[in-house]
Amino acid sequence: MAEYNTMELMIVAASRELEDGATVGVGTGAPCAAAMLAQKTKAPNLVIMFEAGGISPQLPTMPISVGDSRTYYKAVMASGMCEIMESCQRGLVDYTFLGGAQIDMYGNLNSTVIGDWAKPKVRFPGSGGANDFASFCWKIMVITPQDARRFVERVSFITTPGYLTGGNAREEAGLPANTGPHRVITNMAIMGYDPDSKRMRVESIHHGYTFEQVQENCGFELLKAPEVVETPPPSDEELEILRTEVDPHRYIIGR
Amino acid sequence: MFDVIAQGDGPLFMDPDPDKAREFFRTKKRALANKLMTVREAVEKFVHDGEYLAIGGFGANRIPTAVCHEIVRQRKKNMAFAGHTSTHDFQILAAGEVFDRCDIAYIIGLEARGLSPNARRYMESGKVTSCEWTNYSMALRLKAAAMGVSFVPGRNIMGTDTFKHSAVKVVQCPFTGKKMALYPALWPDVAAIHVHEADVYGNCRIRGISIADLELARAAKHLIITCERLVHNEEIRSDPTQTVIPYFLVDAVCEVPFGSYPGNMPYEYFSDEDHLKKWLQVEADPEEFKKFLEEQIYNTKDFNEYLELNGGIERINQLRAQEHLIELD
Repeated sequence: MAEYNTMELMIVAASRELEDGATVGVGTGAPCAAAMLAQKTKAPNLVIMFEAGGISPQLPTMPISVGDSRTYYKAVMASGMCEIMESCQRGLVDYTFLGGAQIDMYGNLNSTVIGDWAKPKVRFPGSGGANDFASFCWKIMVITPQDARRFVERVSFITTPGYLTGGNAREEAGLPANTGPHRVITNMAIMGYDPDSKRMRVESIHHGYTFEQVQENCGFELLKAPEVVETPPPSDEELEILRTEVDPHRYIIGR
Repeated sequence: MFDVIAQGDGPLFMDPDPDKAREFFRTKKRALANKLMTVREAVEKFVHDGEYLAIGGFGANRIPTAVCHEIVRQRKKNMAFAGHTSTHDFQILAAGEVFDRCDIAYIIGLEARGLSPNARRYMESGKVTSCEWTNYSMALRLKAAAMGVSFVPGRNIMGTDTFKHSAVKVVQCPFTGKKMALYPALWPDVAAIHVHEADVYGNCRIRGISIADLELARAAKHLIITCERLVHNEEIRSDPTQTVIPYFLVDAVCEVPFGSYPGNMPYEYFSDEDHLKKWLQVEADPEEFKKFLEEQIYNTKDFNEYLELNGGIERINQLRAQEHLIELD
């Protein structure tokens, strides 16, 4: 079996979650790499959308910015932020793929502050387009390394909505019905959410890892799906395309 | 009257009253006049201490770098800033400590490149009053302003802490009973946008994505345009479908070739990643960064000198090849 690093494993696992013909709004970095890998493997007709306006590009190289010229290379349209976000708000976008600084048991994300908001210990960029994508797209997917400091019981600041406090809270707050967190892809496992409580649960564990290891690297109690399966390891073909076509300069997979 | 169900406690830096905006636009000059001037003149004339500033483009893509530098060079102070899709532009303005109020949607970061240590220090210093938004929220605020109305609704942000620290109000829709987030209009005092082509009157053409610039151009009370190249008015009139900003929105036109450098300019040149990395590295040490700013901004007389300092046309040619995916070696 081929050797691979954690980032490669996450990107490959994430790319398999996107089916051909789906629409997806993606963020910078690993999410973009996953979408690009999906486009070059099982989902050639994947419609990738970038918040700054790029619609359905044929990505020639990894974008550095979600607004750089690669994001609309051989695209069907170079539009603007309102065009993209309003497509999402109308219900035309199936997935969003985001990275996360901090995630909690209900899939809420924090990319704003550590510590008190008014006097932050550490200030981060804020929402960017993440809150918008996560409010509007049908299914939210997050790629982030499995780490107890990142997986916390409650994020100290909800920048981007997951299921908020669980149950029906998301819809009650006013966000569009039947939307919400769908998958979290880490280097150890793939998580989903319990349909009633909306708490995070393990769906699939990557080859070579155990549920206990996943739990040890998570700051809250994880639930288990009725049937937890093993994620097949990255194939030689997936790794080859990832290394030679998606990220030859190792911007993301070299981290 | 809508009943407000919930509201954020963030400060509103600008008045969303559409009649006050109309009174301003009533007096805005409509004449087809030559507005060509230098960046220095444009900033002297249209950027004032204490006012609200917005910058077009997307952080390090099609940004009016020369205007950002000149605002710092002229040591403008106490401004409010639209921290919307901002990356390198924010980094420059934070370096000059130009603003003390900030609407935050995306700041400090340079996307996949990492976080700006200096911008972070500035935002953690307590010198800046802020209000939280999202990128689309800010685009909606500009859209409301462009429409000439006091607010527009959206279905994002609700239920989050971003909302709690925003100035959004949530109401019940009178048609459906559903909750809607209302975004107050934002009419910035001054905005700067970099475009591909403009004529001397300010009719502009943009290639590639527009981000939120079409809304921004219509929301801003004063608008400075920098362009890669000037074109004749006859050229504009030969194909009016290409015009995205009409001249009567524009107050100043400055010809600044390579004016988005070190940012990307679609179909022209790619971003200078080495130079952007240098900024991030040198910012780690405040003393070193001070020297760097002296050399790059305060002691250069204009954008051309800055460009020369960083490799000039030779560097631009490399970035041109990169933009067009041409391998040079």
